[in-house]
Amino acid sequence: MNLFNIIKDIETMDPEITDKLNPRRAALKSFGSFGTKVALSSLPFALGSFFNTAKAQSTSTVNDVLNFALTLEYLESEFYIKGVATSGLIPAGAALTALTKIRDDENAHVAFLKSVLGSAAVAKPNFDFTAGGTFNDVFTNYATFLAVAQTFEDTGVRAYKGQAPNLLGNKVVLTAALNIHSVEARHASHLRQMRKASGQAPNIKAWITGANDTGVPQVAASFAGEDNVTQAGVNITTLNGVGGKISTSAATEAFDEPLTKQAVLSIVGPFIK
Amino acid sequence: MENLVNKEQNSLTKDDGFFSKKLQRRNFLQYAGVSAAGIALVAAGCKKDTFNAGVDLGSGDIGILNYAYALEQLEAAFYTQIIATPFTGITSAELAAFTDIRDHEIAHREFLKAALGAKAIQNLEVNFSTINFSSRDSVLGTAKAFEDLGVSAYNGAGYLIKSPDYLTLAGKIVSVEGRHAAYIRDLISNGSFAGSDVVDAMGLDKSRTPAEVLSIAGAYIKTKINASNLPS
Repeated sequence: MNLFNIIKDIETMDPEITDKLNPRRAALKSFGSFGTKVALSSLPFALGSFFNTAKAQSTSTVNDVLNFALTLEYLESEFYIKGVATSGLIPAGAALTALTKIRDDENAHVAFLKSVLGSAAVAKPNFDFTAGGTFNDVFTNYATFLAVAQTFEDTGVRAYKGQAPNLLGNKVVLTAALNIHSVEARHASHLRQMRKASGQAPNIKAWITGANDTGVPQVAASFAGEDNVTQAGVNITTLNGVGGKISTSAATEAFDEPLTKQAVLSIVGPFIK
Repeated sequence: MENLVNKEQNSLTKDDGFFSKKLQRRNFLQYAGVSAAGIALVAAGCKKDTFNAGVDLGSGDIGILNYAYALEQLEAAFYTQIIATPFTGITSAELAAFTDIRDHEIAHREFLKAALGAKAIQNLEVNFSTINFSSRDSVLGTAKAFEDLGVSAYNGAGYLIKSPDYLTLAGKIVSVEGRHAAYIRDLISNGSFAGSDVVDAMGLDKSRTPAEVLSIAGAYIKTKINASNLPS
């Protein structure tokens, strides 16, 4: 949590804030030399009200992230609601149970994000799950439905990851976003196993190997860049594995890659009317 | 062990208010294997450095990266042992998947080691004496616990990271741990990939503080870890 950047942000938006906060600001300045840790632990009651102010002032960035997330959750939630409600689409038993569970998680994400955003929440768009005719049989062909579901989940993982830096240091909102992000990863893992088990993608793994490993060329954009093997300047394939260097497959599988908001919006754009 | 330490602690705290206050905090911040002997040394008047013996994870982002490095060391060692001595009745598909997971954890470990450079902590010694590697149930149960723990650890440490690049890197790793967790859970019981023991009614996964994570992981790590300088 970068206290001093927050103060700077507030000053930009509210020039009078320095006066309003003057006694505390002086205190903060004097604490500066001891580092943020000391400053945070040394501000008793001022802290709560201070951060409420800070939160209110920097709401727009956070709300943008949350509304972007909410839009993706609307998409997923409505997709599973329709799929689960379509008789004859999903085989009864384990498949229906799993997809119902995923539907419920996505519904919960929508409810959670709406409750956090309150009146700032965007409205649910109208969706076209055929993506303008690309997936015409999405609700009549189980294989298509699962392929689209898997893509939504893998894309969702990438989308949340890409937004994390916009929530840097935000204990409440970043942590909540991360807690959703890993649930999307759990879903993606399971959907990949479902596609493998049903024979639709016999070689697919629970993790992403290389770029588009789905067997569905229409979803390539969702996996663009997943074949990256260099992390923070370190080429993973030059590192020691068991009996040699780490393989290219393992290097790509071991790290999921983020997507920018723009890339995600261009992927989901065709699904929004 | 924890109880023993607490008992020693209580007997010490009665004597000297100022000293004990410091000590309580120190004790709280030490997770893996604070020994009663160590406390006795402090009582005898040794410097706090002696008391704080253990591998220091460090502070700031370096501390968090070392914290991740410690957990990845634990996971990599665990899966390396699984592949070296596979459990009875392992299928070829399971062997392939566990080999993948081993390689992912080694990739995480080696990457963090390379990224940390001279600031990387030493190799940790693990203690898997409670795991029966020939038993499917024991191995899968431990794997599930480790993966769910890893997910909660990265989720809980995210906000402590100051560099956006490191935060993104942590994000790149945590979702892979989430994929592992779901896979292993489904092996134990198909459909439990996001069970209610890990994902709450709001659809949120767990997050744990470094203190919580290290107190759980500490049971499997022989080397003492000093996390007292981590950001909080």
